Amino acid sequence: MARKISILIVDDEQSVRDSLYNWFIEDGYHVECAEHAKKALSILESESFDIVLADIKMPGMDGLEMLRRIKTLKKDSIIIVMTAFASVDTAVQALKDGAFDYVTKPFDPDDLSHLIRNATKQISLSEENEALRERVVSLENVEDIIGTSEAMSQVLREVESVAQSNSSVIITGESGTGKELIARAIHSNSSRKFFPLVSVHCGALTESLLESELFGHEKGAFTGAMYNRKGRFEMADGGTIFLDEIATISQKMQVELLRVLETHNFIRVGGNKEISSDFRVICATNRDLKAMVDSGSFREDLYYRLNVVNIRIPPLRERSGDIPLLVDYFIRKYCNSMNRTTVSIDSAALKRLQEFDFPGNIRELENMVERAIVIGNGKKITLKDLPIRKITVPSNVESLEEIEKAHIQQVLSNHEWNITRSAKALMVDRVTLYNKIRKYDLKP
Amino acid sequence: MPQINLISFGQFEVDFVHKIAESVSHDYNYKVAIREGHLDLADFFDPTRRQYNANELLKMVDTLFGDSGVKSFGLFNVDLFIPILTYIFGQAFLGGRTGIASTFRLSNDRYGLANKKETLLERTIKEVNHELGHTFGLVHCHVPGCVMTSSTYVEDIDQKKSTLCSNCRAQF
Repeated sequence: MARKISILIVDDEQSVRDSLYNWFIEDGYHVECAEHAKKALSILESESFDIVLADIKMPGMDGLEMLRRIKTLKKDSIIIVMTAFASVDTAVQALKDGAFDYVTKPFDPDDLSHLIRNATKQISLSEENEALRERVVSLENVEDIIGTSEAMSQVLREVESVAQSNSSVIITGESGTGKELIARAIHSNSSRKFFPLVSVHCGALTESLLESELFGHEKGAFTGAMYNRKGRFEMADGGTIFLDEIATISQKMQVELLRVLETHNFIRVGGNKEISSDFRVICATNRDLKAMVDSGSFREDLYYRLNVVNIRIPPLRERSGDIPLLVDYFIRKYCNSMNRTTVSIDSAALKRLQEFDFPGNIRELENMVERAIVIGNGKKITLKDLPIRKITVPSNVESLEEIEKAHIQQVLSNHEWNITRSAKALMVDRVTLYNKIRKYDLKP
Repeated sequence: MPQINLISFGQFEVDFVHKIAESVSHDYNYKVAIREGHLDLADFFDPTRRQYNANELLKMVDTLFGDSGVKSFGLFNVDLFIPILTYIFGQAFLGGRTGIASTFRLSNDRYGLANKKETLLERTIKEVNHELGHTFGLVHCHVPGCVMTSSTYVEDIDQKKSTLCSNCRAQF
């Protein structure tokens, strides 16, 4: 775990010191305050601070003088100067004297947060550089990624190796395999972790909405746009943007996206000022993007821009050995959130789960466990709590029709005869499924 | 069961406050009692900034409603500030017994977008849970999606869930 960053606040106003103290304490920093420059210098002689946030205008020694003296004590100190008076001259002087940045009071919380995270990033980068040779890499915040199978271990190894780079990543995998969790793990283990991970579900938005969401808009850009609004690329400055269901974006948005990925610059909808943002992009899809490129529905140049690293998440049926661990995890999760005592699962029910195909992958397993806890007896999950009916194809059946009939019966049973979900799993439309049910005279 | 007092200052729909109480009770496993508070907010208004001093409001809620053994949470619908920042969504005493939040900057129509009651409710629940987390001694978290991640921009709030991540849950 990263060490606590320390901040020294130097300001003659008590209310400013208290406000900043509380703000940074909530952010998890170690914070000390000094009401004048002399006291700050005396503190700094005995204790080292990562960041000094100092007012310029103070009685006695002013902030600029203090800045110069701190720099003689510790050349690489990060000092941010602040003042209630926006003066370009003082700002320029402070920066010339080695200040990290300059802010005017009162601050926008977003700006202050960004400024401190920038400083923190610089500190952590320089420390990482120093420790690089002997550093033992271990992944953080992967507690929600469950599995010890070789397939999942491989995914985690890939996460570990890609996290520290800035490369674009495409995460592929069937629906419900946990692509967003992997994106979070990559972000949490990168040097961008102090900045936001901004998620966009591209498939849920129309083309014009997606444009406004990604790039933001200016006041008056369209009816109802009464204020300026930041887009997701702007919000992800310093951090990571996660574009889920990337395969669903239109050809026009593909062009726009390619341009932003190449330049990291964009213009808000209705605006004329170019905005720059430092973000890393991670995409996810459950479709075969290469096939889409071949068929002309996805731009080849965008594909190669995004596909620097490809992480494939295996479907649950390829790692059924992880099912007991996942079941245990979901039981603890749901019993905890429902304030129930932890239930167990009997071996027959667990075996049935391990034999099941799970077309909806982990999401389907999670729903199944949640349902079993809700409807179960509160002590043990048994076969009757699971919505899986075992249907075996008679061994003497060889005709394609008989196999199709048995398979449809199995899928319908797995989905409790929910036609929409069954049709989706079978990858046919609902009408086709109804016709098959009639043809084979299938019954629940 | 331990208790949280949710005190509404200002006009909120009854259903809105009840839904917040229900969600907070579920997320923290605390009994949540709803109370109404009456304060002359003019005493906390700063005419030069045309906003309300959150430091002073927090202290006042703590003085009037703070009680040992329970958490007190004040819900407002005015624009809050602290001297060093242009605005805040809410604040709390870290490891203390009191927190406050305001719906003022959580509503979409503040930003020229269509107002959605559900969005306002979700954001308010997250903000209340976040500030309550501070009263339980939790600091800002870097796990994406955790309710204790810092939100300085209204849409940052939409990026997180209303619940604690497993790390924060373990500390709680």
